[in-house]
Amino acid sequence: MTEKEIIARRVAQELRDGDVVNLGIGLPTMVADYIPEGVRIVLQSENGMLGMGRLATDDNLDKDIVNAGGVPVTAEPGAVFFDSAFSFSIIRGGHVDLTVLGALEVDETGSLASHIIPGKMVPGMGGAMDLVTGSRKVIIATTHTAKGNAPKILKRITLPATAVGKVNMIVTELAVIDVTDKGLLLKEIAEGKTVEDVQALTEATLLVAPDLKTF
Amino acid sequence: MKITSADKAIESLKDGMTIMVGGFMSNGTPEILMDAIVKKGVRDLTVIGNDGGIPNTGIGKLVAAGLVKKMIASHIGLNPLVGQLMNEGRMEVTLVPQGTLAERIRAGGAGLGGVLTPTGLGTEVAKGKEIINIDGNDFLLEKPLRADIAFVRASVADRLGNIMYKGTTRNFNSLIAFAADLVIAAAEQVVDVGGIAPESVATPGILIDYLVEGEA
Repeated sequence: MTEKEIIARRVAQELRDGDVVNLGIGLPTMVADYIPEGVRIVLQSENGMLGMGRLATDDNLDKDIVNAGGVPVTAEPGAVFFDSAFSFSIIRGGHVDLTVLGALEVDETGSLASHIIPGKMVPGMGGAMDLVTGSRKVIIATTHTAKGNAPKILKRITLPATAVGKVNMIVTELAVIDVTDKGLLLKEIAEGKTVEDVQALTEATLLVAPDLKTF
Repeated sequence: MKITSADKAIESLKDGMTIMVGGFMSNGTPEILMDAIVKKGVRDLTVIGNDGGIPNTGIGKLVAAGLVKKMIASHIGLNPLVGQLMNEGRMEVTLVPQGTLAERIRAGGAGLGGVLTPTGLGTEVAKGKEIINIDGNDFLLEKPLRADIAFVRASVADRLGNIMYKGTTRNFNSLIAFAADLVIAAAEQVVDVGGIAPESVATPGILIDYLVEGEA
């Protein structure tokens, strides 16, 4: 299993039956491949869809139905299409239970940087700022470090903020971390790793849960 | 409402105008109208749309042809040329959160003076904007957006300009149809009046000035 698959599988354990969920492009999208048995969720796609299915194949491709990355997807029975204002009424209005996003940086106050590296990478925030503002729960799904083991989980983000104090949980290939009022609470570590291993790759100081588990 | 050709429909498009373009990563963008704009070669356009398109599709066609002076969008990551031109200082780009962009356009078309949103509080998006406290909660005042011309893509249109959008192609199309002085729609299929069930019409024909056939 790759790091990304490990992260996606662990995030999927947070899904609850009946949840309305928005998955960001890239790694977060992979969460849909690991939905636990017996859990039925409704995927919202910010370009204007509830009840999004899997990526389309040659057999079921409909050019008019795409996900927020512009890639053709299928519609589940009961799916609904709508415009962008309607879509963000769902998102901003608190009707999405969980959103899963990637990160360039995330910090111990629950702030997130994911949409711009000034002068270098300028994808833009897309729907991310609305999603972190309106979703009932925000999970960051990211590799624990950037290239060269540079920490991504910081005391304070250094890049322009996509969200200020909105992140609830961080899931990486090494750790499951809750964002609490007291700071970052390490709840689970990857099998075979120690708290010291994880802390060494984390700039922010980790509090360790008394009932620390492995995953 | 008049059914005409793409070239005729864009006759009043001039250098320096502000246009709105429907679509989301080119899904739901009227490609034949983008082609007509490129052919006409107007310059210094301000383009308002969800994103910068994909290289050589959707808004990406206008960018590649060097027609765009300024872009107001939520996401430009799928068209590297936009970021490159922005970083070289050859194109001005204003990034707006997607939900805020949708509401600003809606406000522009709905006769509203703006919208109050919590999105962007504490970020660079809030810079220079008024913060208004309503019943203990802060909101950003976001002003309306309007354009000279809006370019809409219809899946099916009838001869009165009533429009139905298939799948996810509605996105910004039904919003921009309210928010411009002139609204041009390109339809994949044009049917007789009555050919679209009234309750399936998402954009009424009263909003459309020109309808062009032949969208793929």
